Amino acid sequence: MLAYVFRRIGYGFVTLIGVLLLLFVLFFLYASPHEMARRAVGEKAPPEVLEQWIVNHGYDKPKVWNPEDPFDTLLAEHFRRTLTFDFGRSDADGTPILQRLREGSGPSLALAIPSFVLGLGFSVVLGLFVAYFRETYIDRMGVVLCVLAMSVSTLLYIIGGQFLIGKLLRWFPISGFDPSPSVIVRFLMLPLLVSLADGIGGSVRFYRTVFIEEGGRDYVRTARAKGCGDLRVMTHHVLRNALIPILTRVVVAIPFLFTGSLLLESFFGIPGLGSLTVDAIHGNDFSTLRAMVFIGSLLFIGAQIATDVSYTLVDPRVRLE
Amino acid sequence: MEAHVFSNLVVAGVLAIVLAIVLAIAIGVRRSDLWRASLVELTRRRPIALLVVASYVAIALLDSVSWVGGGAIGSEGNMLQQHQPRSLIDRAFPADFDEKSYSAPLASVEFYGGDPLSHPGRHLLGTDILGRDVLHLTLDGTRIALLVGGFTSLIVIPLALLVGMSAGYFGRWIDDVAFFVMSTLTSIPYLLLLIALIMAMGRGPVQVCVAMGVTSWVGFCRIVRGETFKLRELDYVQAARALGVSHFGLIWRHILPNLMHLVVITFVLTFSGLVLSEAILSYLGIGIDGSWGQMIDQARDELARDPIIWWNLAAASTALFGLILAVNFVGDAVRDVLDPRTLRERQ
Repeated sequence: MLAYVFRRIGYGFVTLIGVLLLLFVLFFLYASPHEMARRAVGEKAPPEVLEQWIVNHGYDKPKVWNPEDPFDTLLAEHFRRTLTFDFGRSDADGTPILQRLREGSGPSLALAIPSFVLGLGFSVVLGLFVAYFRETYIDRMGVVLCVLAMSVSTLLYIIGGQFLIGKLLRWFPISGFDPSPSVIVRFLMLPLLVSLADGIGGSVRFYRTVFIEEGGRDYVRTARAKGCGDLRVMTHHVLRNALIPILTRVVVAIPFLFTGSLLLESFFGIPGLGSLTVDAIHGNDFSTLRAMVFIGSLLFIGAQIATDVSYTLVDPRVRLE
Repeated sequence: MEAHVFSNLVVAGVLAIVLAIVLAIAIGVRRSDLWRASLVELTRRRPIALLVVASYVAIALLDSVSWVGGGAIGSEGNMLQQHQPRSLIDRAFPADFDEKSYSAPLASVEFYGGDPLSHPGRHLLGTDILGRDVLHLTLDGTRIALLVGGFTSLIVIPLALLVGMSAGYFGRWIDDVAFFVMSTLTSIPYLLLLIALIMAMGRGPVQVCVAMGVTSWVGFCRIVRGETFKLRELDYVQAARALGVSHFGLIWRHILPNLMHLVVITFVLTFSGLVLSEAILSYLGIGIDGSWGQMIDQARDELARDPIIWWNLAAASTALFGLILAVNFVGDAVRDVLDPRTLRERQ
């Protein structure tokens, strides 16, 4: 078990190397320093200015191989600096990236954690509820509602939410952010509602499918036969046995959570990591993008290891060797 | 080679692949009573949703057949229009149908200013900021939506099944390699990877589809892998293995059929998910030109005007909503019909 955990951590490190390699290919080999400089300074800039930009941002080393000093290359530099969290300065405006990441993580988490926890809680409970009433009128209504909710585009939820709740009803501000505790909730309510509405249809439908499939298994019939109540069967037998699909989905959902807040933060003017990323995309700020990708990957790899280990905790049939 | 000849060749190629798949499915359905019964059951349960999907497909096909010249190009038809290929859908509208700016549905004057229109009362859904007919734009969006959903699913599903089943069943180094590729791809946040790939390959419908395929097969693959992992440990699979059934036989007869309901659910979720992701890409400015997502994205400004422009948003989101809703309903019914467990319970 412990050996398995260590091996998974080793895999995680290998994965991180894979991500770094992919980043290097995309942002150094494909989009070369010259390309970056042209995009940053402008198409018609004279060659001296381009060269100056490349030197100033430290992109003037050999890419992969330096015959004089094998470790003085962009590849080695990219690996060494990223792995030590030394992200340097933004390509766009020269501010230290680590500082901006630190500033942005607060607002991001303020939105992402409530929406993730509430979304998961609501959808598992609603999924159990609908599965409990399967083959009845309530189940059919629930499924129709889920499908209706799933069929609406995220863009429409955001635009519609801002227009209806923000502009017509004036319940919450259309956009903006203020970290002081008394007003932060007012600013977060609208994006939170939008994110819940956007995700709930698909999740409830998925969990319903999982619970109904588990509910058709033999051990459920046995539990009923020995006199367990319907509710106890649902919570003690079905829910616990459905934990593997739930865990798998939760981890798969983490990067989507990230993209969700990417859109939400930029639409609602929340100065978090999502907004930072959208700004980096629009401003061709490659170094900030690389840092974001690295941080996102690091978090996700940790979550993956935790999930695989927790499989053994929820299902003794799964043996990790 | 001229651009339109090339694009027609691509369309012909895609059509040929789709026809081949339809033929293969038709033969499979004919040869098996179970599948034939399922198909009959499906048409009995969801006639309306099937009809809606079929009409979207029909519009997309009509919009894919295009050629240059011919037809009635009015005397005022400009040179540019004469040299552009026009599809059957385009030809259903008069050649010179544009106005100067916004007009409300069936209006006879412009929305702002009130100048008379050149085609009063004939724009069923009004016109957009450039005076283009909104009904025409919405119909054109159908082809893009189906291309995004269908073409990408054709990449995603076989790839995910192959990799997921091999990794989950064989384990060992196959699992390690698959896991390495999958975790490298999934460790990068979905949208960032999508953006990076599209920027690397350049913009365009095929590039967007390929990029979405590369980013979205992994999710399904993880589910397949996890499920195969679980199925492999079940008694009847162990029994079959003890009886000497080959690996291929085991996967084909015991693993794959138990994954088919997941394939169907995933096809539905992926199809709708992909069409919906394209809308998000449109917001970021790297979507496909002329998609419903772009029309919805424009509406952000239009809702801020006074009085507001609502028909553009309404047309695009209704078309999008209708397609996704119908596909979701059909997919649900397909699952109920194909899943033997659900069938047994009902009888």
